[in-house]
Amino acid sequence: MNPEPQSGLQRVLSEGGFAVTAECGPPRGGNAEVIRDKGRWLKGCVDAVNVTDNQTAIVRMSSIAACVHLQQMGLEPVMQMVTRDRNRIALQSDIMGAYSLGIRNILCLSGDHQTFGSQPDAMNVFDIDSINLLRAVQTMRDEGRDMSGYELDGPPRMFIGAVANPFADPLDYHVIRLAKKIEAGADFIQTQCVYNLERFKEWMRLAREEGLTDRVHILAGVTPLRSLRMTQHMASKVAGMDVPDSVRKRMAGAPRGKVAEEGTRICLETIAELRQIEGVHGVHIMAIGGEEKVSEIVEAAGLTPGPAVA
Amino acid sequence: MIVGEQKPIAEIKRMVAPYKKLLILGCGTCVSTCFAGGKDEVATLASALRLAFRAEGGEIEVEELTVERQCENEFIQEAAAGAARNSAVLSLACGAGVQAIARRFGRTPVLPGVNTSFIGVLERQGVFTEECIGCGNCELAVFGGICPITRCSKKLLNGPCGGSQGGKCEIDPETDCAWQLIIDRLRVLGQMDNLRTYIPPKDWRSSISGGPRKLVREDLIV
Repeated sequence: MNPEPQSGLQRVLSEGGFAVTAECGPPRGGNAEVIRDKGRWLKGCVDAVNVTDNQTAIVRMSSIAACVHLQQMGLEPVMQMVTRDRNRIALQSDIMGAYSLGIRNILCLSGDHQTFGSQPDAMNVFDIDSINLLRAVQTMRDEGRDMSGYELDGPPRMFIGAVANPFADPLDYHVIRLAKKIEAGADFIQTQCVYNLERFKEWMRLAREEGLTDRVHILAGVTPLRSLRMTQHMASKVAGMDVPDSVRKRMAGAPRGKVAEEGTRICLETIAELRQIEGVHGVHIMAIGGEEKVSEIVEAAGLTPGPAVA
Repeated sequence: MIVGEQKPIAEIKRMVAPYKKLLILGCGTCVSTCFAGGKDEVATLASALRLAFRAEGGEIEVEELTVERQCENEFIQEAAAGAARNSAVLSLACGAGVQAIARRFGRTPVLPGVNTSFIGVLERQGVFTEECIGCGNCELAVFGGICPITRCSKKLLNGPCGGSQGGKCEIDPETDCAWQLIIDRLRVLGQMDNLRTYIPPKDWRSSISGGPRKLVREDLIV
């Protein structure tokens, strides 16, 4: 891990704080105001903001550029980087460039397959996978060398993140995979949205048993459900998502006009439970299409951004 | 084997339209096994073309021939007279065969009648699956005999992505998740530890990234 934290998120986590991160998707175009609007909603209520990299394979403003816009507003970005669109040459180059622009956090992913996106006729790259990317960023930071072993003038000192899906099958294997990601360089983990708390707790228990929670900061993902349609979509259409019947029933049973409220209530209850789980060091709030609601949730949950020790 | 699929008849018709005398050249090896370009397919296609042109008042003279392999000079030679007699050759071989024919008969237009799909196996009657991309450096030993480079949609070397659900790939519910197959197989083999091993980035030089490939076997050159 970084000897002297350059990342604010790292500082919060290393000082034992309960971190709050949110997510921000760049626009389909060059209008920076879209990013700034989202930035204004999130400013002051989160420790860092993930900026997606052509999420769901839909062509958007680059993550690096959007990160810089947020940074200029005083927010701390987490640059998401997928291996779908760039080979190792472009990935390393962009990491160096991002660092030179002041970006200090990276989240390494493989990325949604392009057949889901706006240009399914594109060729994908997948020169390396997300774990290879983690290792590459770690080597750049800790050894000051690129993937070829060349010594770098100004190694990018990134705080390195990865994702994990506690709901993917088989469960025991996904704990092995978590270990592999930590071994490859992950300092923090952001998980898939938690609706099934029982399953999440089981995954955390296995992670604790393997000693993994001492080696990595786990930020549990949450997404407030806003409507029945969204609940249905999350339950059946989103890959790797686990929305149990109990949650669906609560949403379906909410009075007309109060469905979103119920979704927020479920989210707050989930956050409260997550805070009690040993090894959970923060929450990652993915308010898909509802960034303006994040501050409300953070406040209602009684979360305060910043290091634990004042 | 190399698996291929015959092009749609309409496309073939458009391609051969400028020529009055056509040799349809089948290949007796891979494309014959996958029912795309063997002797039977040559005969069927020849009849279909004759009928199609006649129906439109046009005319085409079609000659049929199938050689054992279009990728070997020894067999290509058998088609020399036929190629010379006709104004074009429609090859029903894979892309390698088509090019070998074109190289050998430099003055005759050679047209492809088959789309080369992949290196695969016959899963069951009528169903073929891709199993190998010919990366030039086989690593099947670590993966329990299942190739993630070919069979994982993202060529992931260190385990499945978050889109693997119920053993299926996120891009298509009909497609098996290669990593699920690998995990299941390693479990059976008692080699789950392989999953903990970090697999470094692949060296793609032995694959198509290194430019056109050539294999020279000094021991066989006479």
